[in-house]
Amino acid sequence: MSANGNAGRTLPWALVTPALGWTLLFFVLPFLAMGFSSLTAHEGGGFTLSNYSQFFANPAYWRAMVNSLQVTAIVTLISVLLAYPFAWILAEQVPERWQRLALMLAVLPFWTSYVVRSYSWLLVLAQNGVINRALTGSDLFAEPVQLANTRLATITGFVHFFVMLLTLTIFANLKQLSPSYRKAAADLGAGPVRTFLHVVLPLTLPGIMVGAFLTFVLCIGDYITPQILGGNNELLMPQLVMMQIGRRGDFPLASALSIILMAVVTVAYLACARWLKIERA
Amino acid sequence: MHKAIRILSALYAITVYGFIFLPVVVLVLFSLQATSFPIPPFTGPSLRWYDAVLSDTRLTSALVNSLLVAVLSSLAAVTLGFLSAWGFARFTLPGSALLRGLITLPLTVSYLIIGMGLLVLFNWAGISKSLVSAGIGHVVINLPLCFAIIYSQMGDHQINIERAARDLGAPEWKVLLLITVPVMAPAIFAGFFLSMTFSWDEFVISFLLTRFDTTLPVEIWNLLRSGLNPKTNAIGSLVFAVSIVLVVLFELMLLRRKPA
Repeated sequence: MSANGNAGRTLPWALVTPALGWTLLFFVLPFLAMGFSSLTAHEGGGFTLSNYSQFFANPAYWRAMVNSLQVTAIVTLISVLLAYPFAWILAEQVPERWQRLALMLAVLPFWTSYVVRSYSWLLVLAQNGVINRALTGSDLFAEPVQLANTRLATITGFVHFFVMLLTLTIFANLKQLSPSYRKAAADLGAGPVRTFLHVVLPLTLPGIMVGAFLTFVLCIGDYITPQILGGNNELLMPQLVMMQIGRRGDFPLASALSIILMAVVTVAYLACARWLKIERA
Repeated sequence: MHKAIRILSALYAITVYGFIFLPVVVLVLFSLQATSFPIPPFTGPSLRWYDAVLSDTRLTSALVNSLLVAVLSSLAAVTLGFLSAWGFARFTLPGSALLRGLITLPLTVSYLIIGMGLLVLFNWAGISKSLVSAGIGHVVINLPLCFAIIYSQMGDHQINIERAARDLGAPEWKVLLLITVPVMAPAIFAGFFLSMTFSWDEFVISFLLTRFDTTLPVEIWNLLRSGLNPKTNAIGSLVFAVSIVLVVLFELMLLRRKPA
């Protein structure tokens, strides 16, 4: 080792520095720039807290945050409730040799373009779309129902995406569960329902929480789905941020709103930290 | 009782599969629509919209841009990720856990915020919007992913092969290129193809950081402003096809590891 003793000290740094440098230069530094920008005035520069006080003073901005939190909470809840039984069926009811195929099919549309996926829900939900044609065609409804450009449409688009994601994570979780737990519960006289409620569910809870947290983070930060499916009837936070850049060129306010959004995600992380840590260990 | 559960399970699974596939089936079906509106009733198969897409130079050049950005940014991400994974796996560095945490940190931040940060920084530095700026952003989001995949696959069994090579007189660069890279090839390819699918489909960073030349998702976005349009269905179906190819390659690379 003495022969390359010198290389032994410089080589490891030579290996990790490019990646660290990239992260510092194009991730940490931009974040600091954003933080700095959020403290400046849009017109004329100079330090100010007005970008933050605007958020708390302007009910329209508040409304966007409340909308975002509501939509994200509803999406997370519905996605977990839909995905859990589905993942359970794939893991327990589908024969072993078909499982891989069944799972692959369940997440296949995941790989369509994200922009296109939201748009294709528009084809389904529009005034003259597939669902309305079916409804009016079956004489149940005389008039088409307003489905697109509503909160319902946004939620549908989001749930579609996150059911696939959660099915994947919950399935992995259920498969990791050793069958001996279930056998032990059965040996001790528990029926299938009790086994599920007292053994399987608590043991998969950490996995569900990790999936739910992932859903929360990705959902609250997403611009495309609410913009395409929700229209501009009610704004969510990412739409508000993009509006400041696109229409008004107000980088400081957009930066402040982004930082507030990130703070909310951090709070959510701390709230789930107990489960997220268990998963990592 | 058991039979009832099986029937209910089957019904439930079919319903969820239906929900998952509904928009994709509608997308592909109406991309084959003969008339100008991608709405029911279906008016018979026609490839005219694929033809229209492939003769639209804005779309085809955006497609080339997307591929170019995806390939180059994924190459950069996988190279940086591999080198740092090797460095962290083979050597003990002071503050190693903290530094690894720093590299994976961008995974926890939404793309919108990463794009915003770069926009503010580039704006100050006077760097103009271009495919290169978007590519830089794509490396930021994919580097942690490549690092995590490759780092998790760095097993102990490779250490001995590397040591043997060193004992036989190979310099470090030869060990890296002739031993570690081939041994780690499945993980490297997996990281590369996964990065490709993410970069290929990434919207918000490209939207914020490009202006005239732009990537396919952004161009599709612009197309959406004209309302429902079978051309969008055709280009969407094509993008889906490319993603599936990338995913299959990713699967093959990762599966090749398992039997060994």
